[in-house]
Amino acid sequence: MEIAYAYTKRRCDFGRQPLFCEQGPEMCDTISTNVAEHKQYILRNPVHQPTQNTPCFSEHYVNTIRAEYTTTGANHAEGGWPKDVNVVDPEATQRYRRKIEKDDNYIHCVMSLAPGMDHYVMQNNAIDMYRTYYAEMPTLPAVERNSCRTVNVYRDANGQRPIGSISWQPDGGQRFAVTYCDVDFNRNPRSSVVSYIWDIENANNPEVIFTPTCPLLDLQFNPRDRNMLAGGLMNGQVGVWDRRHDGDASIKCAPHVAHRELVRNVLFINSKSGQEFFSSGPDGACKWWDIRNMSEPTEEMIIDVVKSSFDVQSMANSNGVSTLEYEPTIPTRFMVGTENGFVIGGNRKGKTPMEKLPAKFEAHLGPVWSLERNPNFLKNFLTVGDWTARVWSEDCRESAVVWSPPHRHKITAATWSPTRLSLMLVTQWNGLLATWDLLRRQHEPVLTMQVCEEPLLRVRMHEGGTLAACGSRKGNIYMTELSQNMAQSDKNDKVLLTAIFEREAKRERILEARMREIRLKLRQAEEGSPVASVTDFDPSAGDRDLAEATTDYMQAVKKELAAM
Amino acid sequence: MANEAEETVRKLSAHKGVVGVVVVNGEGIPIKTTLDNHVSVQYAGLLGSLVDKAKSVVRDLDPTNDLTFLRIRSKKSEVMVAPDKEFILIVVQNPVE
Repeated sequence: MEIAYAYTKRRCDFGRQPLFCEQGPEMCDTISTNVAEHKQYILRNPVHQPTQNTPCFSEHYVNTIRAEYTTTGANHAEGGWPKDVNVVDPEATQRYRRKIEKDDNYIHCVMSLAPGMDHYVMQNNAIDMYRTYYAEMPTLPAVERNSCRTVNVYRDANGQRPIGSISWQPDGGQRFAVTYCDVDFNRNPRSSVVSYIWDIENANNPEVIFTPTCPLLDLQFNPRDRNMLAGGLMNGQVGVWDRRHDGDASIKCAPHVAHRELVRNVLFINSKSGQEFFSSGPDGACKWWDIRNMSEPTEEMIIDVVKSSFDVQSMANSNGVSTLEYEPTIPTRFMVGTENGFVIGGNRKGKTPMEKLPAKFEAHLGPVWSLERNPNFLKNFLTVGDWTARVWSEDCRESAVVWSPPHRHKITAATWSPTRLSLMLVTQWNGLLATWDLLRRQHEPVLTMQVCEEPLLRVRMHEGGTLAACGSRKGNIYMTELSQNMAQSDKNDKVLLTAIFEREAKRERILEARMREIRLKLRQAEEGSPVASVTDFDPSAGDRDLAEATTDYMQAVKKELAAM
Repeated sequence: MANEAEETVRKLSAHKGVVGVVVVNGEGIPIKTTLDNHVSVQYAGLLGSLVDKAKSVVRDLDPTNDLTFLRIRSKKSEVMVAPDKEFILIVVQNPVE
């Protein structure tokens, strides 16, 4: 009998609270007792019911992976003979050996291994390759004999004042102008402020003595007029001196248009009248002057490299200038080395500030002390600053093309040799004069000479190429003479040096292109989206070099392989 | 074919400076040797494990690489070992001075 009650509920009534109604009990079914069955049953008394009040656990087995060990014996006197061969019986072993010898595998293996082995055996017979040969032979001395000696010393009679600048008379003259600058921290001169013109022949007394009002920092001969010199003073003024008149400047610029700081460098420029020069100093401005009218500069430029055409150059942001460079054959361009280590190329003909200072190189970690173009390779220039000397190429903006390792002592000045294309003279803080010849060795100087004990501050070479005047901190000028072979260039030198510069510049360009690629990839990765390069820089220069270099290399390799 | 193998081994041992040639199988049994037995067995046993170690060094450093040749240069002689899948070929040579 089923005790079930079915009721239907409409879907709209789902979820409603049950509404109960009273209803009396309704009897569904009843089963009456069957008395006859009573006899089949007895009452159970007592009833034993065990209980246990414990928690219920389950059982589970776990074990780590067992490593199987077996113990076997091994006979080390004989190899791993199979079990059926009696080791002591020579015949059995021989039989086994013969059997293996007939095996295909064995023959194939021996035939394949033998030729290689043959080669090595014969190689061993031919030469003992584990020995170092020629170790006991002494290194040959260099064929070229370089030498350098001091021929004369020009001492300062007025105490030991550090050299400010040296300038040779143009057209191979016999005279050179020297400025001395001995000031304390507050720019007060500690000893006399005279500057001299020395004649090479007479080391006892200077030929001409100039007495400016305040210390002269730079005095340069006019390349067109042997008797005229331009100088920069410590109070910011520039002046013109005449060799024939001792004493103070013939003409000085007006104080209100002078530089705001001392004038560290003056240089004559190429002009029709031959009487124009420009000056610069730590105040960060370059001023061009015409000797005929010194009441105001003809032009002024603030050395402030602007990033966009909207920025205005301002003296507050300018970089102080520590050295100037000018090449007469490129009339409207010049270069400045700044006190914070940049080399900035300038163009006088530029119309916007961006055009006026087009190039900027990060050269050194400190002020750039010397900046000079190679007289024959105008695109390459050398800079010295911090502890290295570097050679740059104008088209490689990111890094130098050739550079020296960092030295123990500061490098104070450097200059190219006017006659030998690849020679550089470098002076160091420990009084050492080093000559670097890029055609002989690039990792160390060709010749070093300890000129004096005190630091060397300036060096300038005579136009003839043999004499170099080095100025030291104690006010002494050491006239050093280089040996003849260091003053001349061979026929091939220009070609070889061009090849060297080309090669190094190419290497730098390839590296530059690669760095640009890497930077672009990083930038794209940061932005997250694969943006097609909007700034379509020109990687073709770097890639072309790379393609050229790879084809050259493959050709050389093919040639070598064919010749072998 | 067996003669060829014999010939090759014989030619190898005829080179100048060669002291002996041993061909060892995978179990360490010298199959063909020109040296006497106990020396061969010594070479076989010692070099077998060395070749295995060298092979594992090369494979561990670069799994695509494989050992091709092993040369042990000592003061008095040079042992050259060419390994194969199942056999190794050992040649002992005296340096030519």
